[in-house]
Amino acid sequence: MRIILHIWRQRNAGEKGRMVRYELPNVSEHMSFLEMLDVLNEELTMKGEEPVAFDHDCREGICGMCGAMVNGIAHGPLPGTTLCQLHMRHFKDGDELYLEPWRARAFPVVKDLVVDRSAFDRIIAAGGFISVATGSAPDGNAIPVQKESAENSMDAAACIGCGACVAMCPNASASLFLGAKIAHLGLLPQGQPERESRAVAMVAQANRELFGSCTNIGECEAVCPKDIKLEVIARMNRDFIRAKCGVG
Amino acid sequence: MSAIAINPIYRAVRFYEAPIGKKVVMAVTGVMLVGYVIGHLLGNLQIYSANPEQINRYAAFLHNPASAIPLWAIRGVLLLAVVLHVTASVQLWLQNRAARPIGYVKKDDVPASYAARTMLWSGPIVGAFIVFHVLHLTVGAVLPLEDINGNPNTPNVYENVILGFQNPWVSGFYILAMILLCMHLYHGMWSMFQSVGISHPRYTPKLKTGAAILAILIAIGNCSIPIAVMTGLLHL
Repeated sequence: MRIILHIWRQRNAGEKGRMVRYELPNVSEHMSFLEMLDVLNEELTMKGEEPVAFDHDCREGICGMCGAMVNGIAHGPLPGTTLCQLHMRHFKDGDELYLEPWRARAFPVVKDLVVDRSAFDRIIAAGGFISVATGSAPDGNAIPVQKESAENSMDAAACIGCGACVAMCPNASASLFLGAKIAHLGLLPQGQPERESRAVAMVAQANRELFGSCTNIGECEAVCPKDIKLEVIARMNRDFIRAKCGVG
Repeated sequence: MSAIAINPIYRAVRFYEAPIGKKVVMAVTGVMLVGYVIGHLLGNLQIYSANPEQINRYAAFLHNPASAIPLWAIRGVLLLAVVLHVTASVQLWLQNRAARPIGYVKKDDVPASYAARTMLWSGPIVGAFIVFHVLHLTVGAVLPLEDINGNPNTPNVYENVILGFQNPWVSGFYILAMILLCMHLYHGMWSMFQSVGISHPRYTPKLKTGAAILAILIAIGNCSIPIAVMTGLLHL
């Protein structure tokens, strides 16, 4: 199949970028989206041109490295799927696809489709952990966890920190990411001692990183490759309000 | 704990500084304004009473000099709620705009959430409507208002409403504003729960349906009055 790509090309953080048109005449429908970009890059390299820089690692949909806007949708049109797990059979012969990097002040473009997501790392460092005395692994089931809490916590823990929620949000808000991390730890007994300070510290760090705020639109939920639900944002709000007001 | 940390004013300011704090302020003021919209509608529906004097008696009750203090207290609280609601929304809007300095060449909107994405349009238009509405039917700056026996404490609401809505431009603007209010209320009435941290996979979809039904009922109730005047159902 023939695919026409419009890709954001930007040499480095300082330079201005622009959309460049490429044509791939022989794309196999069995290729993944990133394999198609690999083919494009091979051609560009053969021609002596600079290949398109894009983030990727596991290519199994579990690491959170890959991601780009495809025709204005983070990770492309298939719900619950990372870009690497999106296959070309979901497109038609002759499709024109616009590829752009995540856009947010907190995610500066490094090169082409690669953005710097270390703002997420700093949010985690601010409170997305539990403080425990390390040592040998504890006995399984030594701390009982309610079935429902365990399920909800695991659902939130599925967040791979890819940044699609920020990219898709009209406000460039990191609330779905924040909510997922805060809910993941806040639902488990091990996360209780730091539950309130965690919410306050992580929310404050997200503000310092200049992410936007949540207006409950739900575009993040729609593109999240791990199907994280808006409910985690309410959980974050609840923990934050409880910490600030001493109620809840 | 230091003295500054337990000072309630300092704590309130710190709470408001966070976007979640601003959203809570918007939710709480939103509840107050929704309550007023419902109360105001129920008062207005008295215009359908078989006795045209019914709504004028209600107006005379509200304008009775004896109830001036509670009336102005409620007006003051509502005005404060509007100011806080608008201030918080403008501050959040500016912050959110700054969070994405470079936009997309192509951007799709995935979920069908038109009301949510247009809050910043429906909000200011409804705000402008409220100013017009107060000038139109409270102050009398658009059309001179009729009073019963020339007493400003007993306005002839029945006549003023019917004369006011006989102008199709005025009625059209009222109906448009009420449709936008309906969208604004739909998103606002479920979203305020999310903002204060109340969300549940089983109840939130029901809450959204409830918000939609209530918003539509409010819009029907409000739009029915100019429509009834223009179709001649309500006449002098």
